[in-house]
Amino acid sequence: MNEPPLRQVQVFGTGCANCRRTVQLIETAASASGVPIALTKVERIEDIVAAGVMSTPAVAVDGRIVHAGGIPTREAIAAWLGLG
Amino acid sequence: MHAIDRLPPATRHPGVALTLGAALWALGYAALDPLSRAIVGALPLEPQSRLAVSLQFFLYDAPKVLMLLVAVVFVMGMVNLSFTPERTRALLAGKKEGFGNVLAALLGTVTPFCSCSAVPLFIGFVQAGIPLGVTFSFLVAAPMINEVALVLLFALFGWKIGLLYLALGLVVAIGSGWLLGRMKLEAWLEDWVRDLRAAPPSPARAAPSWAERIDAGVAAVLQILGRVWLYVLAGIAVGAAIHGYVPQDFMASLMGNEAWWSVPVAVLVGVPIYTNAAGMVPVVQALLAKGAALGTALAFMMSVIGLSLPEMIILRKVLKPRLLAAFVGVVAGGILLVGYAFNAVLG
Repeated sequence: MNEPPLRQVQVFGTGCANCRRTVQLIETAASASGVPIALTKVERIEDIVAAGVMSTPAVAVDGRIVHAGGIPTREAIAAWLGLG
Repeated sequence: MHAIDRLPPATRHPGVALTLGAALWALGYAALDPLSRAIVGALPLEPQSRLAVSLQFFLYDAPKVLMLLVAVVFVMGMVNLSFTPERTRALLAGKKEGFGNVLAALLGTVTPFCSCSAVPLFIGFVQAGIPLGVTFSFLVAAPMINEVALVLLFALFGWKIGLLYLALGLVVAIGSGWLLGRMKLEAWLEDWVRDLRAAPPSPARAAPSWAERIDAGVAAVLQILGRVWLYVLAGIAVGAAIHGYVPQDFMASLMGNEAWWSVPVAVLVGVPIYTNAAGMVPVVQALLAKGAALGTALAFMMSVIGLSLPEMIILRKVLKPRLLAAFVGVVAGGILLVGYAFNAVLG
């Protein structure tokens, strides 16, 4: 059986409650499903802006922005991790 | 099994779910008045006693305000899906000042906005070439005019005051943004902001379906009501006490004007205080009961939710002190004028 590929997940946000909740939801979904992820929190304003993010929390998977402005739903997270 | 079979019923038949929900809501709302009378009537209380009057006011008003909040927050949750910050930026790009200020303030009332997003949003606007003054109109309107503030003012103080707050909030946002635009303050942006290259275009999103809109509405209700219900109940309890225990002529006298310095003091005190619109309602109730004029109380509310210290600290990353001071000064000045105008009209 092939190992699922490692997903690079970035969460953009300045550390507000919604951003922490987003990180927590993604970590829970990944560990429950066994999909390996490398999660980075991008908290510097300059870096957030450089990625073209306008509303936080935002999420990028493998370098592509998939979500911006709010806590993502469980269904959306499952789809990003290829669990859909 | 088809994917659609696994969806909850509300998502499969959005039209039916919405109609049914609206009908149930209307039925419940119509039942509030007779129900609250029946409950107070069944209690061993002297009818028309202070306690009975206060209790009936609370039993009628508390569910009424919460139900109005549920309905409006739900609808706004559905509407908000169409007004993402990315879409708002696209709508504002290329608009001239003047019309741009008006459009920005109006969009600010319907675009979901959290002050922790203020900086990325500010930069996103600047990168799209939106004039600084237009951006400020948006930044002032977005927190100050929101559905929770308007519903609470409408339900507790009447539609005239709700409408007046909306109109005056728009005037402050449009006016102060326009004035800041005239002051040509672009040089006082932080250097790294001015040196940024044009933004990469945001990924386009498909138009949301009705099912997604219902989900967003439900999510908004859970999130916002969960945060504000306690403040709302506290505010109504204060209102109920005033209703039963404070005589009518006292209510009339508090609409009178007080000392000239009360409005600036209200605005100054309001800036460092930071709370949401719902948290302000008990305070406004109490201020009115203590004899403050309505304009003073509303100026205080605008200052607290429109100008907040945490947002200033966040904005300091992109604005040099001089520009930040101009922003605070102009907006505070606008709120001050509104407070005086309100008191003068009602006084």
